[in-house]
Amino acid sequence: MKRIDALRSVYPLLEQNIVVTIMGAVAAELQSLGHRPNFFYLQHAMGLASSLGLGIALCRPARRVIVLDGDGSVLMNLGGLTTLARYRPKNLLHIVFDNESLLSVGGFPTATSTGTDLAAMAAAAGVPRTQTVDTADALAAAAQGAMAANMLTVLVVKVDAHYEPPRGTAGFVTELTLLENRFQFERHLREPDAAAAG
Amino acid sequence: MTQPGMPVSVESSRIIYDALKACGVRLVSALPETWLVHLIRMAEDDPDTTLVRLAKEEEGVGLSMGAYFAGVRSAMLMQNHGFLAAVNGIVSGAQLYRVPLLMLISHRGEFGERDPWQTEGGAMTEPVLRALRIPYALLEQRSHVEHRIRKAQTLAYASLRPVALLLCRDLMWEEPA
Repeated sequence: MKRIDALRSVYPLLEQNIVVTIMGAVAAELQSLGHRPNFFYLQHAMGLASSLGLGIALCRPARRVIVLDGDGSVLMNLGGLTTLARYRPKNLLHIVFDNESLLSVGGFPTATSTGTDLAAMAAAAGVPRTQTVDTADALAAAAQGAMAANMLTVLVVKVDAHYEPPRGTAGFVTELTLLENRFQFERHLREPDAAAAG
Repeated sequence: MTQPGMPVSVESSRIIYDALKACGVRLVSALPETWLVHLIRMAEDDPDTTLVRLAKEEEGVGLSMGAYFAGVRSAMLMQNHGFLAAVNGIVSGAQLYRVPLLMLISHRGEFGERDPWQTEGGAMTEPVLRALRIPYALLEQRSHVEHRIRKAQTLAYASLRPVALLLCRDLMWEEPA
């Protein structure tokens, strides 16, 4: 499965919720499907997207937060899984695209290519709901299931190690500047109406 | 009220904690260290404060960024070695995205340090803060705690950048001079 097809399958859900993504392909591909003021792309600070999502989820319990992470990033902050599990916010869905490689820096294989199972690690950390999926339909169903369960969920999505820069994207650089995204996102989160809508 | 062999100052910890509360801090992230025990317990016992216990200090950068975007004021409690462990997140998260952080860092390894393992980081902490262009002040005595914390937070929010306060031995440790 291509990651962009996986993203497309959950886009209707992403549109309605607070989304925090990692850098690189995930950020560029999600923007190509349509940027929204409720999307924040953490283009560096590798590993911290889930911690940032946790911060929002704890401070905004009435809204749902979806973190779009990657295997390389999760491997950099494995301890963060234990922190997520410890506070297990009901309003947090952590989706991990696992392409078994550090694609944006040359495609070198990560430990998930040699057997590390991130869903099992999340479960062992204490995350109450975990699942691994490998089709777009299965992802869409699992994401809806996570919403319905109203419980911290980690979904590992097996995807191809493949990236084609979407139109208007040079490499991984899109037209949306980091700070423009940051201020727009902050404004969105602080709108009283937005908080109520969740 | 101090325990034998661990004379961390409850009174100073209370003054620091009250100063954080007066600044509107509602979320505190922490990784335990001896000098921080009372501060962490105060956060834990406070129903109006969300305490997040971390596995590694760098997570606290992400947490504080998220809290900031959500409009919640936060503070990070860590040892100076934890600060060193969090540097990438500070630079490529908070500084890159212009997000204020209020970091309270226990300044181990300064004059009077008896633990040999703490001695290397003490000399490194201020040079690293300066290299990162993070404004900081020392908290050495109770009389200046409240206004230094308040002013540090004011600058953090005005500049949209991290600031640090170094919790020093003379403030945190009650031992015979």
